[in-house]
Amino acid sequence: MSTRPVLVTALQGAGWHPAAWRVAGPAARRLTSLRHWRDVVVEQDRAGTDAVTLEDSFTAGPLNQEGDLDTRTVVGRLDALLVASAVAPATRAVGLVPTVSVTHTEPFHVATGLQTLDHVSAGRAGWRIQVSPTAREAALFGRRPGGDDAATLFAEAREVAEVVSRLWDSWDDDAIIRDVATGRFIDRDRIHGAAFVGEHVSVHGASIVPRSPQGRPPVFALAHRADAAAFAADAADVVLVTPGGAGPSGSAGPTGGPGPSHGAGLEARGALALVRDAEQAAGSDVRRPVLADLAVLIGASASEAADALAALDAAAGSSYAEASDAPVLATTVPELVSLVGDLASLGYAGVRLRPLRIPEDSTAVARRLVPALVAAGLRADVASRPTADLRTRLGVAPAVSRYARTTADQEIPA
Amino acid sequence: MSTKRQVHLAAHFPGVNNTTVWSDDRAESQIAFSSFEHFARNAERGCFDFLFLAEGLRLREQKGRIHDLDVVGRPNTLAILAALAGVTSHIGLVGTLQTTFNEPVELAEQLATLDHLTDGRAGWNVVTSSDAFHGANFRRGGFLDHADRYTRADEFVTLARELWDSWAPDAVVADAAGGVFADRSRIRDVDHHGPQFDVRGTFPVPRSPQRHPVVVQAGDSDEGRDLAARQAEVVFSLHTEFDDARAFRADLTERLARVGRSEDELLVLPGATFVLGDTAADAEERSRAIRRAQVSPATAIAFLEQVWNRDLSGHDVDGPLPDVEPDVDAETITRGRVRHVRDPRATVQAWRDRADAEHLSTRDLVIAVSTRGGFVGTPSHIASEIDRYVQERASDGFVVVPHTNPYGLDEFVDRVVPLLQERGVYRQAYDDGATLRSTLGLPGHVLDRQEVSA
Repeated sequence: MSTRPVLVTALQGAGWHPAAWRVAGPAARRLTSLRHWRDVVVEQDRAGTDAVTLEDSFTAGPLNQEGDLDTRTVVGRLDALLVASAVAPATRAVGLVPTVSVTHTEPFHVATGLQTLDHVSAGRAGWRIQVSPTAREAALFGRRPGGDDAATLFAEAREVAEVVSRLWDSWDDDAIIRDVATGRFIDRDRIHGAAFVGEHVSVHGASIVPRSPQGRPPVFALAHRADAAAFAADAADVVLVTPGGAGPSGSAGPTGGPGPSHGAGLEARGALALVRDAEQAAGSDVRRPVLADLAVLIGASASEAADALAALDAAAGSSYAEASDAPVLATTVPELVSLVGDLASLGYAGVRLRPLRIPEDSTAVARRLVPALVAAGLRADVASRPTADLRTRLGVAPAVSRYARTTADQEIPA
Repeated sequence: MSTKRQVHLAAHFPGVNNTTVWSDDRAESQIAFSSFEHFARNAERGCFDFLFLAEGLRLREQKGRIHDLDVVGRPNTLAILAALAGVTSHIGLVGTLQTTFNEPVELAEQLATLDHLTDGRAGWNVVTSSDAFHGANFRRGGFLDHADRYTRADEFVTLARELWDSWAPDAVVADAAGGVFADRSRIRDVDHHGPQFDVRGTFPVPRSPQRHPVVVQAGDSDEGRDLAARQAEVVFSLHTEFDDARAFRADLTERLARVGRSEDELLVLPGATFVLGDTAADAEERSRAIRRAQVSPATAIAFLEQVWNRDLSGHDVDGPLPDVEPDVDAETITRGRVRHVRDPRATVQAWRDRADAEHLSTRDLVIAVSTRGGFVGTPSHIASEIDRYVQERASDGFVVVPHTNPYGLDEFVDRVVPLLQERGVYRQAYDDGATLRSTLGLPGHVLDRQEVSA
């Protein structure tokens, strides 16, 4: 496992606060342009953030109290996998982790799309696996009634994760031989059909995409409750948790108490334990990197940050902290540095920060938080950090193909 | 201003068939992004209208095993086009995408995204399939009757356009002071109920720069041509011989008239290979060498097996054609590609007659009968041929299919493009900020024109 805390920035629209677009300036009109996304992701890349995640959904946006599309906040967005692919050539080291749903999509397209992202980014692709639970999304596809229960959605997601993983392994590293003497481009014994027949999905053949640089891009899953943690233990390489996320019932900091606390809180321990228990129950001896999801507004002082959050809440007409699944922190760079250190000492691999305002807070993460973490010895300097594939950066072991020939099968040089 | 008709060119990324010579000394990876980037930048240097990419849904098979003699493996079409959006500025990016193994809302969302990411340079080659071979890789399998392929494709495109139209161009207002991000009254929910699709709700992507990505069609059957006449803006045709090309174009013009569209609303671009030489003889010599590289001994046998429909692996390709008769009763041994031969017995007889008459070995016969749609000659000969096709309405240009990846297009760009420009029939530069539709010189949107003519 990586010794220094992992830092991931979660990108979504103009930021995670529903009123953030009102302070985004001209960016609010450019949310569907490549220019906007390239600017935001390149900034993270240059600073040395380990990865960015890109949210996605088939809905146009959230609903208001009348059950209609809430056009007081950002509505409309782009496909996350394609945005990640488009910014890949402009970036050098940052991991690119789009959300790709498994509920209404074709596992074959999901697998090949992510493999292609891994090829174009030279090994920096990841996959935030997600289900699409809403009836609204089901109605846009019109293939099933919608309203599937969580157990059904997770069962389907497990099958898709399995079949995608098989497709990712379907080409051996050395399948392409280009043997002019026999006229053979590939050794077909080194390509394996997925041969997966499930209750929800079936895929017969091999991927059309040759094995990608990482083999299997790391899979991220959110484990905010027990069934999701069990799913993550089965399907994910990296687990996101929301310690102290208040949800509708009230607000609390991730390590207990409101705002960042310097003690080791029960909430953070509990969220981590949920994942470790699930790993144990699944019989997995892998201790997955667990990242704490924190929604952050970063100010020059705690009071300035609190005022800015209050202003956004007033503009939105409701408290974001009461709606968010992750803890919402109006905070400062020094407080965040200290919190990252505390979480690391509890056993967290790092954090995924959800900037409440993009670009303001994402810029603060890149330009102020990262250097402060370096100064605190919690990160290596960009210049001294070797460029590596995303699995390595996250402390996830290299992906060995399920079809890998054992040493005994291979010729031993004399 | 020139009154000459303008040539339009598309660059076909080398495919997974034996046109692509992977054994060439300069051939590079078919999957590395550097290959795609070189190819796209070079096509853009040559002011091509668009780059064209085929799609793979299953690895091709012969005799129950993956066909291993051609290039195998390619990227996901949408993801690689999105990546190319990041390294190009003017050239159109057109991908082949199935209507059978996709759902309209998802594909429309992806294509609208690509159109945003490229500032209006996206295109969609609509293809249909129904076979269980490809279907085995997808949720619903080979669920579609052959006859319903075009019904579904037609409804799919119509529905995609409904989705793309559902956001008015000015729906996003971003009025920070008033707290209104979008004007709800300018976002229409889609409520579509047809034989193939039931789709209801709000499309997730705001109006894209072209409104509709350019629709391309390649099917050559009667239904394919009708679909092109109703829905397409560009046809990628197989008809490269001059008279055949002109007849095909005339046929499409008639079909267009039947649905109230004019011939200027649909560009016809035959796919063709181009072999250049300093002299005609030099070009012929290079062409022969390329044909031999394309038809290796193993490829010649595989080609025979597709017609004979039986194992011929022991056959000597330097000798005469096999004595045995084709197996016309067994299930076809070739899967994942279009079968070209309808009457194997007659084909075999014709080939035997030709091989006897011209004293051809098996391999030479295969080379002779599988050569099609190519232009061979000096750059000036080729430029004048392209010009002739376009001025005499046999085509509106060509889809250039190179032999090697990724440098196969370079010579065409260096040597033919300048001659077309000198002739005043090809652009010297792209128009600033042009969408693909305006680069193609197309008048507007299919839907607008249908509304006008309705």
